[in-house]
Amino acid sequence: MGRIGKIVRRTFLIGSAAIVGGVAFGAYYISRPAANPLKPREGETALSPFVLIDQQGVTLFAPRAEMGQGVMTTWAALIAEELDVELDDIRVLHGPAAAAYYNHALMGESLPNKGYDVSDFQHNLGEALGVLGRTLSLQVTGGSTSMKDGFERMRMAGATARETLKQAAAEQLGLDRDQLKTESGAVVAPDGTRIPYTELAEAAGQIEPPEVTLRDPSEWHLIGKSLPRVDIPGKSTGTAEFGIDVRPEGLKFASVRMNPRLGGQMNGFDASAAETMPGVEKIVDLGTGVAVIANNTWLAIQAVEAIDVDWGEAPYPPETDALFEQIAKAFDDAPNSTMRDDGDVDVMPEGATEITADYTVPYLAHATMEPMNATALYTGDKLDLWCGNQAPTLIQMRVANTADLETEAVEIHTTYLGGGFGRRGELDFGEIATKIAMAMPGTPVQTTWSREEDMRHDFYRPGAMARMRGAVKDGKPVMIDGKVASQSPTHQAVERVTGFAGGGPDKVLVEGFFNQPYAVPNYRMSGHVADLAVPVGFWRSVGNSHNGFFHETFLDEMALAAGRDPLEFRLELATTEHAPTAGCLQAVKEMSGWTGKTPDGVGRGVALAYSFGTPVAQVIEVVDDDGTIRINKAWIACDVGLALDPATVEAQMIGGMIYGLSAAAHGEITFADGEVEQYNFPDYDALRMHNTPVTEVRILETNKHLGGVGEPGTPPSMPALGNALFDLTGERARSLPLNKHFNLQV
Amino acid sequence: MATALKVNGKTHQVDLPDDVPLLWVLRDEVGLTGTKFGCGVAACGACTVHIDGEAVRSCQVALSDVWGDVTTIEGLGSPDAMATIQKAWVDNQVAQCGYCQSGQIMQAASLLAENPSPTDEDIDDAMQGNLCRCGTYPRIRAAIHDAAAKLKEA
Repeated sequence: MGRIGKIVRRTFLIGSAAIVGGVAFGAYYISRPAANPLKPREGETALSPFVLIDQQGVTLFAPRAEMGQGVMTTWAALIAEELDVELDDIRVLHGPAAAAYYNHALMGESLPNKGYDVSDFQHNLGEALGVLGRTLSLQVTGGSTSMKDGFERMRMAGATARETLKQAAAEQLGLDRDQLKTESGAVVAPDGTRIPYTELAEAAGQIEPPEVTLRDPSEWHLIGKSLPRVDIPGKSTGTAEFGIDVRPEGLKFASVRMNPRLGGQMNGFDASAAETMPGVEKIVDLGTGVAVIANNTWLAIQAVEAIDVDWGEAPYPPETDALFEQIAKAFDDAPNSTMRDDGDVDVMPEGATEITADYTVPYLAHATMEPMNATALYTGDKLDLWCGNQAPTLIQMRVANTADLETEAVEIHTTYLGGGFGRRGELDFGEIATKIAMAMPGTPVQTTWSREEDMRHDFYRPGAMARMRGAVKDGKPVMIDGKVASQSPTHQAVERVTGFAGGGPDKVLVEGFFNQPYAVPNYRMSGHVADLAVPVGFWRSVGNSHNGFFHETFLDEMALAAGRDPLEFRLELATTEHAPTAGCLQAVKEMSGWTGKTPDGVGRGVALAYSFGTPVAQVIEVVDDDGTIRINKAWIACDVGLALDPATVEAQMIGGMIYGLSAAAHGEITFADGEVEQYNFPDYDALRMHNTPVTEVRILETNKHLGGVGEPGTPPSMPALGNALFDLTGERARSLPLNKHFNLQV
Repeated sequence: MATALKVNGKTHQVDLPDDVPLLWVLRDEVGLTGTKFGCGVAACGACTVHIDGEAVRSCQVALSDVWGDVTTIEGLGSPDAMATIQKAWVDNQVAQCGYCQSGQIMQAASLLAENPSPTDEDIDDAMQGNLCRCGTYPRIRAAIHDAAAKLKEA
């Protein structure tokens, strides 16, 4: 019989359940048991565990995808902070797909506020809305939400486990619980007697968890420290298991080709050449694509490429220019949203100077280092799926549907992710692997996409355009009127997941556009949705990734028109609106020794973006080396409210910036004849060791709320680089990538 | 007909066509999955292994062309007995997603074998073929300098 503790603050229910030889602590699905990964026997209650203790030891579950952001370690540290265990002595597992691992912070991001101006009331409302996450079974790693989601719940789980173990010890020793202490995985009695948790686990499983209070931050010994990450030894020795490394007994290897005119039909194919190629075991007709199952991945790739396929037309204009014409047409329609409309932008303030600028950014691929793959074993009444994924409950539902099985008959095994950046929140790779494995029941089949297939079948960051109009007077901006147009990844994703067309105001499309912490009296920002069938998805920082470039490039142009230093111009606007943002600007000013002047051959640019609750300011320095321009240095300041693990925050800030600089410098996905023209890294390169700037990061902690760290480093990088190149050359690039305008070092 | 292949000191008889790249022999036949597939065209370095100590892209070496003994990331050291360079990778907390790091470490190990005191410029030259989409380059650089210092002490 499981035990549910009292409802501990708001909606979390941390309870316990007896397991064989021990106890599990975790979250209940509202007031009824969720489908339970622990598979309790009859009469037992189910829960999704965050802490599991038996005779073998202590296991913590971090049901967020580890894609390099350190989530396993930081999540485990939140539990360990209250539980008093050493991270070296415990196991940290991802855990299976389970409804009770819902992400309540992600739903909170849907509120139509700007974020930085959130009141305590709205903040609480946001957390309450998080309950919806459960209803949708939204176990998602994305939106830089993991720590916001886990921060309180995981400490509560740890504290509940600790106090229950103490109660078990108290009963065994004939003492009161408050006479006991805990340290390093043991309860300690006043006389020094130590009882390891493992020995108390079985008895703890029979005890009602007591109500607990969380420790004061002054007592923390893990939170706020840079901890050694639990996944790094495996990743430094080739022993960490990614999706592509899964090797169940009897595994076969497959590769796939889907229509390169994305979403188009397949009119037919001739596989006769492939059938006789070495290693080939089966050709699979997927309806809209073909696959080959072989005894080796490379042989499968060779064979699938030898199939002669008659592909149907693309369901969108087949050339890049025609796509952007469609996007531009969206400006003629009524806006999908106008989430900021302050003052009156239709009246030009007297004596003000008007400036206008149009901007364009291209479609972009995620290009994770690990190409898309998944491994499936279908037996007719059960399906096992192994893959790195950002949404295990969603992929579980999707592949259950594919295999015509109940969700409970599908087990999702989440491995490490060789990069996510939003790509592994999609469900296509799991669905395709399932269909292929269904052609060989009883045999596990690993389907690996070639790099070319991966690059050309992404859910792209949509191409986007902006039309900006502004006015400056007496050295200050007095009006900004901005319009952005692009496809809506949100609308498409809703349709992909639910089967129903998404609609309504899309906040994600205008993130980083309407909600920037600047005091401008007349300020209207609108989003226009272009209706196109090019598959688009969530790309690190999503709408902020294009809006950061639009907003911050335009602000630089306004500063120039106002005759002001671009950093001082921003600082003045942020100071009255949002102090943490001003603090970030002030910090990069100091760090970079910003004077507004640079020697000949050196250019500097600044940009600021507020996203996922975190303001980030960046200064980028470029240098002209005999006609080739090199990105030389970068300074980053962010205010995350509370840095749970400073070394991880630093790594995410630098990584997010490099991801953005890579796109700004070289990244572009183009279309011809309905097909993506980029195939592999030589056509879609990124920054490398020799052209990555020397970077310094400062982490501030004055923000009122815990901010995200995985994405906010990306949005300011692109405009900061463009602004630096303007400073160096006097040429303003109003479109990306920048290597089309400048001779950048490759 | 089987081809003999020596990997990490152990000889394997491999029954695959001659043109299968070493990468896919290691991963799908020998069962050593630490060496990663990234691009298949020698553009990312994720598949880097050593043949007779030299760093090579295993996606570009056909099985029949393997000219010597192969060392993979697993042959460099294990979690319980790490090589100095692997220890430096842990000490500097290099990895993020970690997918490219086997190749980065194999490339860096070969650099240090040839040049025990690499400058930043030497590191730029040796490592620019190894892509990392997470952007761990600053810590890779730090780990290489750290490993160089530790190897000299040893």
